[in-house]
Amino acid sequence: MPKTRASLESQGVPGWIQAMPFGLVFAAFFVLPLAFVIMVSFWDYNDYEMIPAVTTRSYTESFEGCLAQLPDLCTMLATYLSTAKFCLIVWALTLAIGFTVAYFLAFYVRSTTTQMVLFLVCTIPFWTSNVIRMISWIPLLGRNGLVNQVLVSTHLVNAPVEWLLYSQFSVALAFVHLFTFFMVAPIFNSMMRIDRRLIEAAYDSGASAWQMLTNVIIPLSKPGIAIGSIFVVTIVMGDYITFSVMGGGQIASAGKIIATRLNALQFPPAAASAVILLCATMVIISVLNRIVDIRKEL
Amino acid sequence: MNEGRPLAFYGLAAFFALFVLFLYGPMIVIFILSFQGPTGGLTFPMNGVSLHWFYRLWEGGGIVDIAGAFKRSLALGLVVMVLTVLLSLMAGLAFRKKFGGSDALFYVAVASLIVPSIVTSLGIAIEFHVLDDLIKNYGPSWIADNYTTSMGQFTSGLGAHLTWTLPFGLLVMFAIFNRFDARYEEAARDQGATPWQTLRYVVLPIVAPSVVGVGLFGFTLSWDEIARSSQTMGEHNTLPMELQALTTTVTNPDIYALGTSTTAVSFAVIAMALGAIAILRARQARHGSDAGQA
Repeated sequence: MPKTRASLESQGVPGWIQAMPFGLVFAAFFVLPLAFVIMVSFWDYNDYEMIPAVTTRSYTESFEGCLAQLPDLCTMLATYLSTAKFCLIVWALTLAIGFTVAYFLAFYVRSTTTQMVLFLVCTIPFWTSNVIRMISWIPLLGRNGLVNQVLVSTHLVNAPVEWLLYSQFSVALAFVHLFTFFMVAPIFNSMMRIDRRLIEAAYDSGASAWQMLTNVIIPLSKPGIAIGSIFVVTIVMGDYITFSVMGGGQIASAGKIIATRLNALQFPPAAASAVILLCATMVIISVLNRIVDIRKEL
Repeated sequence: MNEGRPLAFYGLAAFFALFVLFLYGPMIVIFILSFQGPTGGLTFPMNGVSLHWFYRLWEGGGIVDIAGAFKRSLALGLVVMVLTVLLSLMAGLAFRKKFGGSDALFYVAVASLIVPSIVTSLGIAIEFHVLDDLIKNYGPSWIADNYTTSMGQFTSGLGAHLTWTLPFGLLVMFAIFNRFDARYEEAARDQGATPWQTLRYVVLPIVAPSVVGVGLFGFTLSWDEIARSSQTMGEHNTLPMELQALTTTVTNPDIYALGTSTTAVSFAVIAMALGAIAILRARQARHGSDAGQA
């Protein structure tokens, strides 16, 4: 059937119809639910149900004592401070490790096939369960675990070290273990886009490997670093599973506040803490977004 | 750029090897320990080698309904996989054209990755509670009388999983179409192919191997999901939720056996996906010159 020029340019079904099912899923299960979270955070409640009457009770109770107790920190601020500390530690570690791994893969592995195979090796654990990767530390770090067995048998310590598991250490370790991939992937992607002629030009101009790294590669990898940072920081901010499983129930976190309130089946206070968490997350993203225009890089 | 291997290469290669050991080492340890003998404990040494803990696990010895949770997670994962492939592919095609609200849709999808899962889960739970209340109080009596809840694995639970898998699916589709050579389509159109024929006989065969990757994301992300499931699954738990519940009362290696079993499923799915990609690539190589024939 011969085609006219006009119908050649028409590409069948209009885009908005093709995107409709995808959009409807997000409207029904993401946008609308978020609206409900915000709305319900201003509702009243009693022991067994929520009451649709506007009140700021959930917020005032969340921040109860925050002004009165100064300079001591109230629960909410102390929890956020502690979560922020974890964010910073985990961010620094995943960035250092993720950057080094990506740098090795992108610039020191010569064949593309090897590059892809090694990248896949880093990717596969991401496709397995986080909880299993968490509990896999138990036989290593537990009171009778491998690390303690070695430490005791070599007489480096007299009694098993207790802080290895169910501690701040194990929480941070698990985060690094689980989420360094979120740094490796975007940084590797940024590095692979760097024009190799720039590297050659720097090399020909007599740049040392270190100068090449600091003056060429790091600045050009900034988009990947920013995207990876957003992933890692928001994951730690909103996490409650890693904190509960690896912290042994002892360590509070911003995400855990929501989970705890939900266990008490109190939707409005849980919603209020969710809104507070969202605001905190948005502040972090807007700071990182200033460093680099993320939209441009995806 | 360098003739011999520079010294830095060996340092970085050693670092990379340590990183891989760090990634895989602990998992390998629990795979080994899941074959612990019947009298063995949670740590080394191994007291014999047996399948005792696997038997115990699948007989439901002591712990909750693992077989049921396994089937539920498998069913949900497969449905999520199919929907993720279909919806991401359609959306990926849509984003190649201009359509109103495409920017907004993109931002919403990315926001869904970044907004903490527990918040999304809470929102869906509230949404369904409100919906249930509306139906109970205002619905016609033939619905309202025997009504309990609309919340369940394939309503709220499915939706919750899709908000997690679809953004990954869309990003993979972007990567696919960024590399797609549009001249193949033009050639097909120039020879009189309809839009549907172009899609069916040109575009789909070319992108098929990568679309398998979208399916892989869809299944494995759903199979291991907890945070979004936590408030949205209704009365029955999925497998990862059971696993997480078990971590608070870890006393013997059956939790390792469960870990090994679910990871075996993940690995089987990854292997099948890589196999399918290899087969499709080989097929492309054989039939390459025929692409575009109706």
